[in-house]
Parts: sequence; structure tokens; C-alpha cells
Amino acid sequence: MKPIWYFVGILLLVLGVLVLGAGIIDLMSGELPGTVLADLHPRVWWGGIMTVAGILFLLFNRKTVA
Amino acid sequence: MMSIGLSALDWLIIAIYFAFILGLGYYLKRFTKNQEDFFMAGRKNSAWVAGLAFLSANLGALELLGMTGNTFKYGMYVAHFYWIGAIPAMLFLGIYMMPFYYSSRIHSVPGYLKLRFDEKTRVLNGISFAVMTVLVSGINLYAMALVLHTFLGWNWDISMWVSAGTVAVYVTMSGLLSAIFTEIVQFFLIWFGLFLVSILGVIEIGGVNEVFARVPEAYNTLWSTSGDASQNGMAITWGGIVLGLGFVLSFGYWTTDFLVVQRAFSAKDLRAARMTPIIASFFKMAVPFIVIIAGLVAYILAHDPSTGFALLQDGGQVNYDSALPLLIARYYPEGLIGLGITALLAGFMAGQAGNVSAFNTVWTYDIYKALIKKDASDEHLLWMGRVTTIVGIIISVGTAYWAKSFPSIMDYMQAIFSWVNAPLFATMLLGMFVVWITPAGAFWGLIAGMGSSFLMFLAAKFQWVDGSIFTLSDHASDMAINFWRAWWAWLICFVVTILISLVTKKKPREELVGLVKGLTAETHDTGMPFLRRPAFYGLLSFIVLVILNIIYW
Repeated sequence: MKPIWYFVGILLLVLGVLVLGAGIIDLMSGELPGTVLADLHPRVWWGGIMTVAGILFLLFNRKTVA
Repeated sequence: MMSIGLSALDWLIIAIYFAFILGLGYYLKRFTKNQEDFFMAGRKNSAWVAGLAFLSANLGALELLGMTGNTFKYGMYVAHFYWIGAIPAMLFLGIYMMPFYYSSRIHSVPGYLKLRFDEKTRVLNGISFAVMTVLVSGINLYAMALVLHTFLGWNWDISMWVSAGTVAVYVTMSGLLSAIFTEIVQFFLIWFGLFLVSILGVIEIGGVNEVFARVPEAYNTLWSTSGDASQNGMAITWGGIVLGLGFVLSFGYWTTDFLVVQRAFSAKDLRAARMTPIIASFFKMAVPFIVIIAGLVAYILAHDPSTGFALLQDGGQVNYDSALPLLIARYYPEGLIGLGITALLAGFMAGQAGNVSAFNTVWTYDIYKALIKKDASDEHLLWMGRVTTIVGIIISVGTAYWAKSFPSIMDYMQAIFSWVNAPLFATMLLGMFVVWITPAGAFWGLIAGMGSSFLMFLAAKFQWVDGSIFTLSDHASDMAINFWRAWWAWLICFVVTILISLVTKKKPREELVGLVKGLTAETHDTGMPFLRRPAFYGLLSFIVLVILNIIYW
């Protein structure tokens, strides 16, 4: 059985990439969404943090456990 | 009623989450071969896995919507639920109680009552726990449906059934194993999905110091206004907080509620089981950085007309539980909205899965096998666990409609806890630490404690008597009455148990070895390095608790 941390990594990576991607597209288009503090581009740095966390979980938990 | 349109990306994120947890349940089904796998997750979990699941099982609708809403309503006093109202009890469970629970290899908390006292006490607790669990489960369903209705405009009934159905499918496939796995996934989703609300809220207000500066003193301290109930948002004195919440309700929940204790039973050895609540305690202390901060930010925004922020109105009453979803709508753009909703759903489902996995275990072992089919085979019990999961979900859907009639989720939750858990803690405390407590004393003490709690609930709800009789104060909020009612129920159970034990037949001492302190050789820490001992980490946790209370005094 794969350890639970492996599955945590998969989900964080997938969702992180989606959020980060949406943020980068907005950043490149120059158009801000209509939410408060949108100028801080929260999707870019928060999605980036999620992506990195997901990768780390996957890297350190690849082995199958009993 | 507001309704927020979701983008394709938001829908995709929500769909990925649902597919993921259903896929995880399916993947784990192949490792669920017998009743020990289904009900105890094979007893193979590390302390970290069991610890995060221990916390996450409690991190349901109550923790997220209810506590953020209550912070808006009562102020920072809500942090007491996370600190004095949780940590001492979790540490007590890990350090002192777990050796008796875990070493007896029981499947449930009522199972301990059977060994320590007798069958009738076990069945009484099993039935009351089962009833309480489906009631609490109904709250989770209600909260789930509220979020889906608020954000997506979905039909209240349909969204409730869809959410409940998902939990039913993955818990039915692999029982506690899938519940624990998804609880841990949900733990991370909650942090990644909701902590950003607090971060952005603090940024908008102008920093943490500015947040505390812009709420009244009654809302931004923990203890300094607790000498006079009229001076704090919760309208309660320190006595009610310490005795009702910090002692009875907290210890009653964290040390005897099978929903959370079951996670520790799934640990691979005694040290891992003892570390389970201790590890969870550190993360429990951190949860206010989501809900308390978000609640205070919502309070500030709602009291500043220039922000355009206002809580929803529901039937002419303020819907405090809408605070967190409205903050998500305020700060989260496309993609993050989907993540935020997913995090909320994850929190609700964690609570729902926790309730149903505890319910199916107690029903199967402590009611069905104890009363109905004593010679049930392993395969039959596994089948019964799966059937009970589905039945439990259906019953809890019915209770969700009842939950809707209460003004606040938290008040309702406390009412239920004090019926069952508060007296049970007196029984457990006496049972584990006093040798001469008898089966008759335990049974009639429980009856007296639960009965008096229920009567006091009715007396307060229908105003047969003034609430100040319970709270010993002229100011009596619903919350204060709940805290004090728990204390009185505990005290009644405690006293009745002792009095009856003095005049009834005791169990032979040899039958109590391993179940009662004083008759049991405590060798679990012998030879263990100091830095590996659970007590060391318990001490660290307690020091952090003291520091937090001093900082926010």
C-alpha cells in the first residue's frame, strides 16, 4: 500500500498546478479578477506553495509500505 | 439569498476532489479484508497518521463554519474551545488513559465499560453514543448543504443527499481505513484551502495588531474580562469556562467520545496510540489561526459600512455561519473559490465520515453483537458494518432537518455533548482510577447524569426555570447555560456513582487488572529514552498552551 502522504502529494500537486496556472494566465493577460486584494495575485504564490508541497510529499513517499 | 457562479476551473477542482476520495476508497477496498481492517484500520497506523486523523475527525462543520460564526458572535472567547477546552483533555488521554484503553485491545469505548463494569453499562453507553452520533452527523449534513446552497444555489435537500451519498460510498468500501486516509487528505486541504482567507483578511485590515485594535475589548481577550459575565461577548464567567468547558465538556469529549478515540485505537502500538492525541494537540492549537482570525476579520468588515460586507439574513436572523463562506467569496478569485469550497466540503466530510465510522463500530460490536447475534462470524460483522454505514447516513439525514431549527450550530452541539459525554467522563474517571467503583454504581450514575442533563436542557429551553439557576450569574447566554449544565450533570453522575458503589457488590480485583490504575503494572515507559516518552511531548504541548493563554490574556 502506498503511504497516505503519497496521496496527499498527488492532490496538492494537481490542485496547486491548476491554481498556479490560472494565476499565471491572469498575470500575463494583465487583467485582474474582481475580488478584494486581487492585485496581490494570491493564486500565483499560493498555487506555487501548494505545487512545491505536493512535489515534496511525492518525492519523500514513493515507496510502498506494509 | 446570494449565489456565486462557479467557473469551469472551480467545478473541475471540486470534481477532482470528489473523484479522488472515491478513488481512494476504491483503492483501499482491496486492503480491507476482515473486520479488524474495516473497524480498526488493521491497527497499523503510525502516531502521525492516527494523530492527524484524530484531529481531522473533529475538524468538521463545527470547527469551520460554526467556530468562525461564533467568533463573530462571541469574540475571541471561542478560542477557549481550542485551548483550555481541548488541550489538557487531549494530553490527559494520551498520558494517563490510553494505556488502559489500548492495552485491553477493545474495539470501542463501550467495550471498555463492558470489561470494567458489565454488559448493561456498555449497552447503555453504546445506545446513547449511537443516538448522539447520528444527531451530530445531522449537523454535518446541515452545514454541508448550507455551503452548497449558499455558494452554488443548489437545492438544500439535493445537495445534502449528494454529500451524504459520497461519504456513504467511500466509508462503505473500506471503513475506518478510508475514513482515516480521507481525513488526512482533508486536513491538508483545509489548511491550504482556508488559511489564505485569514492571511488576506489580515492584510486587508492592516496587520494582526490592527485586527485586535479594531474589535472591542470584550471580543479580543481570553481571560481579562471573564470576572464579570456582562463584560465579555459570551456572557460567561471564568468558572463556567474552567469547570464546564475546560473540565467536563472537554474531557468528556476528548477522552471518551469514540469518534476521536477510535483513531488512537488504530495505532500500531501503545506508544503510537499515546502519541496520537499529543501530536493532535499541537495542530489543534493552530486551528484558531484560521477560524478565530477569520471571525474577527468578518466582525470588523461587517461593522465598517464602507466595506460592503454583511452576513446573510436567514428568516430575519443573522446567519453567523455564513461568515467564512462570505470571506471566501470576498477574497478568492476563480480557482481559489473552487479550492475554498473543496476545503469546506472536505471539513464536513471528515466529520461525517468520522461519525459514521464510529457509529458502525459501536452498533456492530456494542449493540448488534452484544444483544442480537452473539455468535456472529467475522464475515457477518464485516457485512453488518457496511450495512450500518448506509443506514447511519440515512438516519443522520433526518436529523439534519432538526438541526436547522437551532440558531447556532455550536449551541446545538454543546447541548448534545452534555447529555452523553459529560456524565460518561465521570464514569470513566472513576472506573479507571478508583478500584472500588461497582458496576451498579456506574450504571445508575450514568442514568442519573444523563437524565438530569436532559431535564436541565428541557428546563432551560422551555424556560421552566431561570437560566441563572444553572450559571450562578445574572447573565446567562445559551452557551453559558450549556457549559454549566455539563458541569452539574457530571457532578450528579460522579456523586451518584460513588454513593451507590459504597453499598453494592464490587468486582473481583483480579478481573480489573489492566483496566484500573493501581492494579496494573505501568511499564510502558520503562527503558524508553526521555525524549521519546509521550509525557515529554505532552509537557511541550502544555507549555505552548500556557504561553498562548498569557499572550492573549
